[in-house]
Amino acid sequence: MSVAITVKDVVKRYGETTVIPGLTTHIGRGEFFTLLGPSGCGKTTLLRMLAGFNTVESGDIFFNDVRINDVEPSKRRIGMVFQNYAIFPHLSVRKNVEFGLRNMDVPRKEVRSRAEEYIELVQIERWADQMPDRLSGGQQQRVALARALVTSPEVLLMDEPLSNLDAKLRVEMREVVREIQKRVGITTVYVTHDQEEAMAVSDRIAVMKDGVIQQLGTPRELYHRPANLFVGGFIGRTNVLDGQLHVENGQTLVTVAGATLVVPGLPGAADAVGPVKVAVRPEEFVLDSSATTGIPAVVDHGVFLGINTHYFLTLRDGTAVEVIQESEFDEVLEPGAEVFLDVKRHKINVFDRDGATNLRTGSTAAQQQVPA
Amino acid sequence: MTTILTTPETKARRSRPLGLDVWTTVSLALLLLFGLFLLYPMFGVLKESVVDPDGGLTLSHFVRFLANDYYVGTVRNSFVVSIAVTVVSLAIGVPFSYFYTYYRLRGAKLLFVGAVLSCMSAPFIGAYAWILLLGRNGVATQLLESVLPFKIGSIYGFGGIVLVLSLKLFPLVSVYMNAAFRSIDGSLLEAASLMGSTGLRRVWQVMIRLTVPTLLAASLLVFMRAFADFGTPMLIGEGYRTFTVEIYNQYLGEVGQNHNFAAAIGIIGVIVTAAVFLFQKFAANRFSFSLKAGSPVQKRRPRGIGGALIYAYMYVLIALAMLPQLYIVYLSFRNNNQVVFLPGYSLDNYRMAMGRLLGRSVYNTIMFAVVALAIIVLVSVLLAYLVVRRANPVNNFVDTVSMLPYIMPGAVIGIGLVIAFNSPPLALTGTAVVMIVMLVIRRMPYTIRSATATLMHLPMSIEEAARSLGASKLKAFWRITVPMMGAGVASGAVLSFVAIVTEMSAGIILYNNRTITLTMSAYVAITRGSYGLACAFSAILTVLTAVLLAIYLRFTREEDVRM
Repeated sequence: MSVAITVKDVVKRYGETTVIPGLTTHIGRGEFFTLLGPSGCGKTTLLRMLAGFNTVESGDIFFNDVRINDVEPSKRRIGMVFQNYAIFPHLSVRKNVEFGLRNMDVPRKEVRSRAEEYIELVQIERWADQMPDRLSGGQQQRVALARALVTSPEVLLMDEPLSNLDAKLRVEMREVVREIQKRVGITTVYVTHDQEEAMAVSDRIAVMKDGVIQQLGTPRELYHRPANLFVGGFIGRTNVLDGQLHVENGQTLVTVAGATLVVPGLPGAADAVGPVKVAVRPEEFVLDSSATTGIPAVVDHGVFLGINTHYFLTLRDGTAVEVIQESEFDEVLEPGAEVFLDVKRHKINVFDRDGATNLRTGSTAAQQQVPA
Repeated sequence: MTTILTTPETKARRSRPLGLDVWTTVSLALLLLFGLFLLYPMFGVLKESVVDPDGGLTLSHFVRFLANDYYVGTVRNSFVVSIAVTVVSLAIGVPFSYFYTYYRLRGAKLLFVGAVLSCMSAPFIGAYAWILLLGRNGVATQLLESVLPFKIGSIYGFGGIVLVLSLKLFPLVSVYMNAAFRSIDGSLLEAASLMGSTGLRRVWQVMIRLTVPTLLAASLLVFMRAFADFGTPMLIGEGYRTFTVEIYNQYLGEVGQNHNFAAAIGIIGVIVTAAVFLFQKFAANRFSFSLKAGSPVQKRRPRGIGGALIYAYMYVLIALAMLPQLYIVYLSFRNNNQVVFLPGYSLDNYRMAMGRLLGRSVYNTIMFAVVALAIIVLVSVLLAYLVVRRANPVNNFVDTVSMLPYIMPGAVIGIGLVIAFNSPPLALTGTAVVMIVMLVIRRMPYTIRSATATLMHLPMSIEEAARSLGASKLKAFWRITVPMMGAGVASGAVLSFVAIVTEMSAGIILYNNRTITLTMSAYVAITRGSYGLACAFSAILTVLTAVLLAIYLRFTREEDVRM
């Protein structure tokens, strides 16, 4: 039943301001596709264009081969879960779930049985005949999910559905969302600003900024090989170090804060000789207190968090960095201790001087726009 | 350990044997005031209704009432006409609110001000102006009948009352429904449309259903106002007798006064309103649910033929609602010889009014209103505090008692005060004091409600913070709580002021030459058939309320307007 969605050169303007300057992407059948980005990046705008609540200034949106730009929201066969759930407060849970079916020509008997089926799917049987204001946020979100799915829509749209829940419930509910989406097999477009949540649920994630998709890929690709510095910083945590890249004897060398490292696997290196940005995630540093070579650094302080210990250090050029290490029994690095850092060279990313291109993949935001 | 810990505390408590702190004193004082000025007069009405001329107990007045279809008919008429007014007000007020809330209309502010103005105008001005327009010698009647081949229907009676009161009371529905429509979260409507609920279907399935609690509340208000209204049926009702008119005739009528019988009719009226009130509460409970505030729906520009119709509806409705007041102001400048209007314009009517207690009327009106309002605000704030922060049986009892006037027609309150304070030790009848007491009682419930609601939204922790920083209970109240309640209470107070200025149905029983107000003067002039004088007084009253409201609306956000 589910469809593939194609978005072609879509433009959105509010008066003089252009929110989305021209966006193209493709969402596969049954895919869990997430729009991720900071607030104001245009992700909700795009979602609402898919739903039909926002007009499309130019460009086209297709569900399979059908252009739906001018199709009424009610005719698009869409289920939607809203940030504030949008549960009808005057209807019981069951009536909420049945609402959409009652507006279709579904026989009364079937309305009841189909609603029951989805009420069971999201496990809210116990509250089925209560009024929704008695329900907790997580339960309300389950109702919203059942209500969105019960009409067997072709697309499920979710607009920051978990952002009103507390942290623990958010983790629980994202598993629920993911599991139900897989079971139903519906094409899903999900909007969030929480990168961890996005990685937990998505097949693919489009990281957006200023109405442009910065990178489109699987959670793994985004984390390990961010297309640019923005994505690298937005997904997970990253230390950005200023470096100088030069090529000697066919080897790519990067000088960072008083140390020169050999970094293999940079196909774009020859064109990027000069200043670069080196992105090192906290766990990509190697902190060995007995090391005598590497990037010299002074320990500022350490935070013991159980599994890991986070160290905050200052490099010779004044850059503050964060290092994550597995905690050991006897490890005590006092503030002021001088150490040498190494990096996991195959993992770190090197970007050109303005952080727009990853020298490992050579990809830029513009190239990522090509439909997958 | 526990005993040791609790002992000092117990001792500390014992040092104030009765727990008589400031607030306990306040609540006893309020209990005394309400007992004296509300319960005692009401008890008086009840007593009056069950005594015979010799002082014995009797139910003969009720029997006489119930046995006579004419008398039962007056209550039935009041009931039927009030229901009709409620239905018509909803029918015109809900679309008004819908268009007002969901469309970006040109002149929206003007429409809103017009609606509030017509709603707050003095109760009988609408009726009087419509009689001058569409009555037997009305301008519009003569004009239409000279053009039309048939006679236009009579404005007098049932239809006239419904016309006048609906045009006056639909803004009540609108003000309430504006707030209700505004509070519907946009995503609820989007969710509905995704589930196949669009257009009129969505209006019914979602928007109206979501606003049922508000609809019920507004209906009750309109019903109560229509049911207790005296001026309109008196002037335009003619053969269609309502019970308020009957009370008046029985109590002050030129022939066959019967105070006991009037009291009995009053009691029956109160029983009816109480029943309606309880029925509404029951219905409201069945439909109660909590609506989370969210982002309101974006307003659209009305377009095409539909847009034109929306504009026509809004402006014609407001024009009709404003017409009586504008017409009265216009007529107040027309020359006349008391019985017919003559060509030409002058200030003669106003000159004549000066000779008929205009100065005293204006002075009394303002003075009574200011004093009454001060008392209302003070008592409301204190009572709200007691009920919200220190709920106990005494305070809750006072709170309930304070709401009684809400269901009592003004005439009943008027009679009660006359009976209670006609003789020593408290011979207040005919004094300014009794007028002020009446105004306070009549308007108090509204201000108490708004003060209570405001206080409920203030977190207790703010006061606790003040107390923890060393402020005394009283200081915390005056310096922290009262200022924070200020805006909410003040906005209600101004509307109370206007309502007090145009108070009529209880005043008519209590006023005399010394305590006459503008409203009374206008009404007296109307009943004496003196066109010019009536129009002059009415115009002054209209302009006064308009100016007050204009100032009020200038400084109040529309969301805070509560009537």
